[in-house]
Amino acid sequence: MARYFTEEHEWIDVDGDHATIGITDYAQEQLGDIVFVEVPESGAMLEKGGEAAVVESVKAASDVYAPVSGEVTEGNDALVDEPALVNSSPEEEGWFFRMTLSDADELEGLMDAKAYKAFVDSL
Amino acid sequence: MSMNNQGRPTQPDMAEGTVKTFTGNRALMLEEPLIFEIGAAEETGVDFEDVPETESRLGGLERNQPIGLVGLSEPETVRHYTRLSRMNYAIDLGLFPLGSCTMKHNPRLNERVARMKGFADIHPLQPVDSVQGALEVIHDLGEWLCKLTGMPAVAMSPKAGAHGELCGILAIRSALEARGDAREVILVPESAHGTNPATAAFAGYRVEDIPATPEGRVDLAALEERLGSDVAGVMITNPNTCGLFEPDMKRISDAVHAAGGLVYCDGANFNAIVGRVRPGDLGIDAMHINLHKTFSTPHGGGGPGSGPVVFSEALAPYAPLPFVEKQGDHYVLIEEETAEDHHASSFGRMVAFHGQMGMFTRALAYMMSHGADGLKQVAEDAVLNANYLLRSLEDVLDAPFGASGPCMHEALFSDKGFAEGFTTLDLAKALIDEGYHPMTMYFPLVVHGAMLVEPTETESKDALDQFIGALRSVVERAKAGDETMHGAPVHAPRRRLDETAAARKPILVWQEPEQAEAAE
Repeated sequence: MARYFTEEHEWIDVDGDHATIGITDYAQEQLGDIVFVEVPESGAMLEKGGEAAVVESVKAASDVYAPVSGEVTEGNDALVDEPALVNSSPEEEGWFFRMTLSDADELEGLMDAKAYKAFVDSL
Repeated sequence: MSMNNQGRPTQPDMAEGTVKTFTGNRALMLEEPLIFEIGAAEETGVDFEDVPETESRLGGLERNQPIGLVGLSEPETVRHYTRLSRMNYAIDLGLFPLGSCTMKHNPRLNERVARMKGFADIHPLQPVDSVQGALEVIHDLGEWLCKLTGMPAVAMSPKAGAHGELCGILAIRSALEARGDAREVILVPESAHGTNPATAAFAGYRVEDIPATPEGRVDLAALEERLGSDVAGVMITNPNTCGLFEPDMKRISDAVHAAGGLVYCDGANFNAIVGRVRPGDLGIDAMHINLHKTFSTPHGGGGPGSGPVVFSEALAPYAPLPFVEKQGDHYVLIEEETAEDHHASSFGRMVAFHGQMGMFTRALAYMMSHGADGLKQVAEDAVLNANYLLRSLEDVLDAPFGASGPCMHEALFSDKGFAEGFTTLDLAKALIDEGYHPMTMYFPLVVHGAMLVEPTETESKDALDQFIGALRSVVERAKAGDETMHGAPVHAPRRRLDETAAARKPILVWQEPEQAEAAE
């Protein structure tokens, strides 16, 4: 399993043609206390770079983008009742949705952990 | 008295050495419970005779249990709301620095005019012959707005800024549909007002961002690159939310027009340029004007908004009904029945009647009492005051676009340089203790920890100096890491709200104390 990152601060764990997506620790830190999360329903077709989920904090409402194209297989319903999971465990329990990958080539151009850290440090 | 403090924050700190009072009152600062805690369902200020039994016409929809509202006697009611009103902040109490909000003084002359019987006591369905004066006000105000913006047409009915935005975007949609051109995308720069993308989405468009340059302005190259046959138009805020004028506005408009799109300008910040710049000269096709900002009508809890929209020749035919037209020396209301051959392409109607009449009278009184030269000075003084603030504070407070030249009507700062763990929120709360309404926080989003301060032209230099002194004091505390700031406000009627809990688990309905405890 490999983890990639986007410049919009999503992480994506890829396992074969399945992937799990969430927002990074840096993103939750910037947003502050998360108060509302809307995750996509299973069956929704996502396009790379398209809006996939919504995250709202006391400061701002933001879109979460699909890092790759594919079909949503599961949204993390736990976040609906407990949005604070995104703050306490952004890169594990606070995952947003799972999806299939329709084109593995789209992973090219995403960052690995080291490149993402360098990217965040440059901000 | 037992207080039911369900989910409510603690009371203010007592000053050291003072005794806690029996009532919780502190001299003129009076504690006031919720109305549910002091009223009773069986109490009323008015005694009615028993209502005679009548046959219900509600078809089974009649209420079958009491609604649970409490009653108070008249003196109790008056005291309750008067006490609450004393915990409020208002432009009549002090400087109100909310950015992009133009909280300026509401001249009392406006109020006098609005209360004249001929304006205050009329009804929108009265025969037009009996309200010629009111129609003349709507007509003349529209002419002033056209003249000030250099635009040929105006729709007076939209009731606030975002309503005006929707009006403008619907006109753009109608114009494009009339030429059989179904475009799908509205471009919105990062420096635009937050309502702009919401408006475009509400009108059925897909919204795409255009990045800001490091100087805080629209990235013209990025905009030009994105333009194409799918772009219906752009929504641009000028002056923008970084408090900067967009000097490339004409080039932006020309590029959008060349690509077949139309230009919407958010005019909420018109106060900075009124009398100095005519948006019509910049190639803008539609722009709303907030009478409640630039033209001094009360807002922010003090009164309703009003957002007339001016249109270019290209969009004028699609503007919404109704219109007031002058025919000879008679004013006529152009509505669906009377529009006939002209305004046949109008996209419809935004409101049931003619708009916010009470704001029209106030705005026209403001314009006529200021005159053309006075309005020009409004913009000059508003910009001067904002720059005075910017330059008086930039030695202690980070000004991300301080090097981009003079600001317009508002100055933008950030919390960069505060001690670890201290943020814009702490500063805003500490400002409450200093007796000021906080500035706009965390907006625009392009600046981390943003603070947007708009003093307006109606503040004197003394008032600005006092505000600057207060701000310098709280900034220095934030930089020194003064832990007491995390508890601010200390002196307000209530301490810091738990915004997170309020958003995650809002309590929207009052509950009996026993129920509230049981729910916990």
